[in-house]
Amino acid sequence: MKPVLEINNISKEYRINQGAQAYLSLRDSVTSFFTGKKIAKNQFWALRDVQFNILPGESIGVIGRNGSGKSTLLKILSKITFPSKGYIRARGRVASLLEVGTGFHMELTGRENIFLNGAILGLTKKEIVERFDDIVAFSGVEAFLDTPLKHYSNGMALRLAFAVAAHLDPEILLIDEVLAVGDEAFQKKCIGKMDEVSKSGKTILFVSHNMNAVQQLCKRTIVLDQGQVKFDGPTKEAIQFYLENSNSWQSDNLQDRKDRKGGKKFKFTKIACFGDDISKAVRVFRSGQNIRVQLHYTHQFTEKVPITLALDFQKSGNQHLMSCRNAVVGQQLFLEPNKNAYFECHIPRLPLTPGRYYFNLTAYFNEKIIDRIHDVGYIDVSFGDYYGSGTLPPRYAGVCIDYQWK
Amino acid sequence: MEDSSPKDIKLYAEEYLIAPPDKFSLNLKELWAYRELFYYFTWRDIKVKYKQTVLGFLWVILQPVLMMLLFTVIFGNALKVNSDGIPYPVFVYSGLLLWGVFSSGLSNASNSMVSHANIIKKIYFPRLVIPMSSILAALFDFFVAFLVYIVILIIFQQPVDLLRILIFLPASILLTVITTFGLGCLFAAFNVKYRDFRYIVPFLLQFLLFVNPVIYSTSIFKAEWMQYLIAFNPMAGAINMSRFAFLDSPIRWDLLAISVASAFLWFFIGIYVFRKMEAYFADIA
Repeated sequence: MKPVLEINNISKEYRINQGAQAYLSLRDSVTSFFTGKKIAKNQFWALRDVQFNILPGESIGVIGRNGSGKSTLLKILSKITFPSKGYIRARGRVASLLEVGTGFHMELTGRENIFLNGAILGLTKKEIVERFDDIVAFSGVEAFLDTPLKHYSNGMALRLAFAVAAHLDPEILLIDEVLAVGDEAFQKKCIGKMDEVSKSGKTILFVSHNMNAVQQLCKRTIVLDQGQVKFDGPTKEAIQFYLENSNSWQSDNLQDRKDRKGGKKFKFTKIACFGDDISKAVRVFRSGQNIRVQLHYTHQFTEKVPITLALDFQKSGNQHLMSCRNAVVGQQLFLEPNKNAYFECHIPRLPLTPGRYYFNLTAYFNEKIIDRIHDVGYIDVSFGDYYGSGTLPPRYAGVCIDYQWK
Repeated sequence: MEDSSPKDIKLYAEEYLIAPPDKFSLNLKELWAYRELFYYFTWRDIKVKYKQTVLGFLWVILQPVLMMLLFTVIFGNALKVNSDGIPYPVFVYSGLLLWGVFSSGLSNASNSMVSHANIIKKIYFPRLVIPMSSILAALFDFFVAFLVYIVILIIFQQPVDLLRILIFLPASILLTVITTFGLGCLFAAFNVKYRDFRYIVPFLLQFLLFVNPVIYSTSIFKAEWMQYLIAFNPMAGAINMSRFAFLDSPIRWDLLAISVASAFLWFFIGIYVFRKMEAYFADIA
């Protein structure tokens, strides 16, 4: 059997301009032309020599940390961007769902959006007309078909969007984390539909952070790390490999950070996180896993002094979620003279839901800040069975707490 | 590496290749396969444009009519600009018609790639569809405004030659579309890379309104070299041709030929640049 996708040594290089903008200003280009100074560019390889084949009818999962190249791979496969090196030989119509509802227009009605979105996704008008009733039935928004989309709730718009996408019927379907949105019932419906698609003999490439969904849908899974294929094999082993290996963390060095307040008498030098295995620092955790955060420091106090530490968990977007302070829980920490060591904060059953979390560190002495740094390192939390019930907590819950229903 | 370079790969039927872009190709076959998308994007632009406006479609008519009145008062009555013996309202409206296609087409097209950035980053389709359909939407406004033109011609009892209209009206529209499309693609591509064009285009359009024979006739320039210079602007050719179609406005064929050549030049430059930069739109948009 010939593979539907032959991926041959794909590499993708990105050049990042100095400064945050991806686009240039004309002035920069003009001045660099006249002064002969090159605009400083950092380059990095989002993918390096990625090579694998996909056979017809296979469902393949792709997992990896944020920034490991998963999305870049999908973008190349769906022709949105080109590889810098290598090539892909494809046999069959590829449809990609990197986002549901691409091109939806708020001013248009549900009916109009079905046609517009269908056309953008590559359906012909004839195909849309044929599938129209199924799409509407699947979405469950019959009553609002002639209402402008702007009056829809988020959930309704999402259901409509997925309904169109679910009726694409290509030979190869590429899916990127579309399931990360919507409530649990909707997510189940989506997975059910995808399961149905894969059972009907279609080829699926599924990129996700949701290990449970990957396990449910895919027999074979590829682990990407820093743009390279680190593992390619049965899903169960791949997930095991991902959680254990591609998860090593060279602890973040804080010694030379300048954007800090204080740092003279006392200085944070290093941060690292560990799971139950204390021999290896890691960066990926599952909800409900035990975690210990290690904070290394140097100091110049000449006698034994008590200090207060604050370890804050912050979600991207400046949303503070948790703050761990030794004073609050009635614990005292002391600095021993001439001894540089580390403190550890143990959190049993990490109550965070999937996402990326950054740390803010503060040290107080006599109620004055002696060192403070924001955004030191991060951890990625993936879905985990926090309650040990076999059911995953919903993603939109900020944190998990213990509770009981009567 | 033992793999061969993508150029040497033989493809079987039903197969296609995703590889680093190398040679320039227009890929008309693919554009044709996505022909329905032109329709949907154009239809959406037209539909959305006047949603939630009280006057709705009336705006399509009001804009050129109000401009006509303004120009008639200032340039026709007060300044007595030469309009080749044609009543000034008819003269200026005929110029505003094609100018409207060019100016709204060009400004829509230049912004189109940036305003569709979210789609470009998520879905693949031939990118030329985007600037092209935003120009088609501008053409729709033209046809509505054209109905008013017919009314104006009747009011001023302007004699017309039907055969001349049938030949030169479509020709002048085509020339306008080709020009708008070439420049539109060029600016759309540049705008993705250099956002400066967001400011350049509106200014350029304001500037060009006075360089084009919209409110005056090219015959006011006596010097021969001025005539040739103006002809390099393809819109001058298009507007003169449309006046020739309806009104008894003189036309110089040698100057028209220059305009047509210049239109095609811009057309090919625009498409070439667009195609060249297209592969990287998703990375930098």
